[in-house]
Amino acid sequence: MSWEVVIGLEVHAQLATKSKIFSGASTAFGAQPNTQACLVDLGYPGVLPVLNEQAVAMAVKFGLAVGAEITRRSVFARKNYFYPDLPKGYQISQFELPIVGKGQLTIKLEDDTEKVVGITRAHLEEDAGKSLHENFSDRTGIDLNRAGTPLLEIVSEPDMRSATEAVAYMRKIHQIVRYLGVCDGNMQEGSFRCDANVSVRPMGQEELGTRTELKNINSFRFVERAINFEIQRQIDLIEDGGTVTQETRLYDPDKDETRSMRSKEEANDYRYFPDPDLLPVVIDDDFIAAIKAELPELPEARATRFAESFGLKSAQIETLVGDVDTAAYFEQVVGEGADPRLAANYVLGDLTGALNKDSLEIAVSKVSAVDMAGLIKRVMDNTISGKIAKEVFEAMWNGEGGADAVIESKGLKQITDIGAIEVAVDQVIADNPQQVAEFKGGKEKVLGFFVGKVMQLTQGKANPGQVNKLLRDKLSS
Amino acid sequence: MSTLLPDFAEMARALRAGKVSSRELTGDCLARIKRHDSSLNSFISVYPEQALAAADAADKAIAAGSAGPLTGIPMAHKDIFCAEGTRTTVGSKMLDNFVAPYDSRVVSGLAAAGMVSVGKTNMDEFAMGSSNETSYFGPVKNPWDLQRSPGGSSGGSAAAVAAGLVPAATGTDTGGSIRQPAALTGLTGLKPTYGRVSRYGMVAFASSLDQAGTLTRSASDAALMLGAMAGFDDRDSTCANVPVPDYSATLNDSLQGKTIGVPKEFFDDGLEAGCAQAVQDSIKEYQKLGAVIKEVSLPNLAMSVPVYYIVAPAECSSNLSRFDGVRFGYRTESTGDLADMYTRTRSEAFGVEVKRRIMTGAYVLSAGYYDAYYLQAQKVRQLISDDLSRCFAEVDVIMGPTTPTPAFKLGEKMNDPVQMYLNDIYTIAANLAGLPAISIPCGFSQNLPVGLQLIGTQFAEGLLLNCAHQYQQATDWHLRTPSISGGVA
Amino acid sequence: MSLSKQDIDHIARLARLEVAPQEKGDYVEKLSQIIELVEQLGAVDTTGVVPMAHPLDMVQRLRPDSVTEADQRDYLQQNARDTENGLYTVPKVIE
Repeated sequence: MSWEVVIGLEVHAQLATKSKIFSGASTAFGAQPNTQACLVDLGYPGVLPVLNEQAVAMAVKFGLAVGAEITRRSVFARKNYFYPDLPKGYQISQFELPIVGKGQLTIKLEDDTEKVVGITRAHLEEDAGKSLHENFSDRTGIDLNRAGTPLLEIVSEPDMRSATEAVAYMRKIHQIVRYLGVCDGNMQEGSFRCDANVSVRPMGQEELGTRTELKNINSFRFVERAINFEIQRQIDLIEDGGTVTQETRLYDPDKDETRSMRSKEEANDYRYFPDPDLLPVVIDDDFIAAIKAELPELPEARATRFAESFGLKSAQIETLVGDVDTAAYFEQVVGEGADPRLAANYVLGDLTGALNKDSLEIAVSKVSAVDMAGLIKRVMDNTISGKIAKEVFEAMWNGEGGADAVIESKGLKQITDIGAIEVAVDQVIADNPQQVAEFKGGKEKVLGFFVGKVMQLTQGKANPGQVNKLLRDKLSS
Repeated sequence: MSTLLPDFAEMARALRAGKVSSRELTGDCLARIKRHDSSLNSFISVYPEQALAAADAADKAIAAGSAGPLTGIPMAHKDIFCAEGTRTTVGSKMLDNFVAPYDSRVVSGLAAAGMVSVGKTNMDEFAMGSSNETSYFGPVKNPWDLQRSPGGSSGGSAAAVAAGLVPAATGTDTGGSIRQPAALTGLTGLKPTYGRVSRYGMVAFASSLDQAGTLTRSASDAALMLGAMAGFDDRDSTCANVPVPDYSATLNDSLQGKTIGVPKEFFDDGLEAGCAQAVQDSIKEYQKLGAVIKEVSLPNLAMSVPVYYIVAPAECSSNLSRFDGVRFGYRTESTGDLADMYTRTRSEAFGVEVKRRIMTGAYVLSAGYYDAYYLQAQKVRQLISDDLSRCFAEVDVIMGPTTPTPAFKLGEKMNDPVQMYLNDIYTIAANLAGLPAISIPCGFSQNLPVGLQLIGTQFAEGLLLNCAHQYQQATDWHLRTPSISGGVA
Repeated sequence: MSLSKQDIDHIARLARLEVAPQEKGDYVEKLSQIIELVEQLGAVDTTGVVPMAHPLDMVQRLRPDSVTEADQRDYLQQNARDTENGLYTVPKVIE
């Protein structure tokens, strides 16, 4: 039997606010445990939540970016369950009236076709703290620094039909929230994570199969693997005559398998009701207009602009705009006067290679955009050749200074003085009579031998174009 | 010699004239507490040293000429308000060992006005009760008859003020918890508009109903205290940003031509005859003061108790989930797994009534019941609010009894929660609609005080205090005191 | 409607409360009375009535996004029964 896979994702994006969604405690990552958990985050008796304006603005910004309806009067509700990292015994979330309604986005599939994925809703909620199981043998430690960090939970329609599509969708959301600056997208730190709802049904069947929910997956690779494992598990189960149980499962990357989370099974009666400590959030036209006005250029628009103004190859554009920081770096390089095509080559070539080698993000690149432009300009004005440029870049990456300083200190300036090149050419011709004879006999490719010899003699600094022309002139005469 | 004077104005005059010091007033309160509270049980904690230090600071301010109308006057807080560095128990074993790390807005506001807090008063556990019998620290006795309940949940505050242990106390009112004890102990009890006083630092029972207020002898005292408690607070999203008027300035306005609505549903069969008589007499008194009396109707009044016993338990079941033994409060000694730790902690530290309400709340919100119970209750809540709005289109103030009976005997209703709940039939509507209401003493039945309730429109505390004060100028019910107080007036 | 012992067990579990066997009868009786009381609402015609979630007819105020809270960990953990190395601790959680 052939099976159809149905996947919906719930992406949790931590919003990049300075303070928490309902308190004035810092959201900075990596602090000592519980040093950023104030009275409100700890759920102390008598303290009350007050909503962070930026969290609302960021949610609206996301909604506008995916063409969603913004709910003009949204409501916070309490989701009640007991868990040690949930201090109040309820999570403040949104249930019936989320701030962002229906929207959609387009993903590109591997075969270059496009697919529209529906967004059901996106709602604001507070993150929970962290349970640390490793520190003690008999107990669990609770760190509530993360409790109260604003989250935007973005819920998709069950529109995806494979793990690859799910990953493409997740990447797209990641790209958008990074472009908007509403989430840093850091998956290692848990700023961006997702739950996947997975089910299978016989091809052609209308009715959905029983789904399982895979919790808290925090890398693109794991999403793909977790979903693929789960698809196979469900198919095997059904084909062996079993049935899928609706449950929450945890992906274990070490074993590459999903397993049932018993602790979450019991508490499915969340008893949602409107939070009486918070009033309806009303968003008016002015609020929306102000956010629209500051909405940055999104990936599609940027790709179109890059194509129109820089004449780059579409594969290059896609990679450049794929990440907001890469696109910004590239634009800065060009803005400094570098040729766009050369800039694209260097950013996607030498720079990306160096970043990967050192596992660095482009935002903390060892060669700044301004210095990169300086290097490219020396290629453009023939001060150095492309080959020498690689050497200069290497030195710049190692902290030896800007392009001009490296060229100067290493004496890499290209020889464009025709007289000096002519001396070298004459010498090479004089030294290699046999090869001269071969060339004259019609063996064109010997020219490469002469070029190599000349470059060797000039330590690579001769302008290759000039060398070629001179050699041809002299050998043919 | 008793230094306790009949009202704040006289105390302030005596303090300024140097006839008495705040230290003397405060010391006198502490002595009375020591003498009488073993029979009343109205206090959970008393802080002599802190109180005397605050009194000395007040005396300095008075000497320096920087005193306000409340400077140096002793008072007590219901033990539901967090006060930094002091135990705040909410009448529960759960918070028996809890030291509040911050001040509530009510505590800081009254302290800033110079009032001297002598301690924290007893209350029904988590404010859930109408008799003060659910307190972990034992029931409070009514100073008018030690066999009887002072009402609840602010019963400790009511008993302490009625017995003259302190001139005033704070309270909270979720379904009548200020007005009912005020009525049963012969005091003036004010529940302001929802949102008038910040809830910051007040341990929550039912968030959409709770409101802080005062228990005082007179309306003029309440006016001064409310002025120091009310106002915008950016730490409470449900605190209204509405200017606070000078409540004392309008106390003497004439009631000529004011319209008073008397809902016929307030005079049903459940109302004890003596109470009915006292209330009717006081309504006549208002006519003499120039007010026009009009019969009005609140057709859904009877539904206010059922609505309340869905909304309040629902909210409390969620509000009390934070008491899990992890970050503060009681934690079981048993060493089981996590689920065991939660369950034992909560079962060992919550009393029976609190558990009943948490369970009721969990039930009405649970899957399959939400629409029939919680949602329907919210709709009927709207109907009750609409009834009141309709009345207020015709009248300035609504008036009637505060309670169906005078103070009942301790133990009388403890085994019948529904009978206990029905005791709040006249007070709950104001909470459901978020309206201000006040109870003032208006006579006696069976030698026990009877309360007259006035309800106003949102933020009409000034008018309610004005009406109450005018009545208190014409009558002396508010000056009657039980014998235990040694006759204050 | 009267509640059963199973209902009591279920809601007690939801609320993380434990009802001792000898208390169960009393809870069944009292909670059934309360549910009977509140069931009177079923008779009220509420067609077209908008549920009233809150008595304050105002909208949520928004707070500027600034960090206003300092670290108070050591002070606040004085109220906790069991902490270690700055962590609140509970019996082992098995996921």
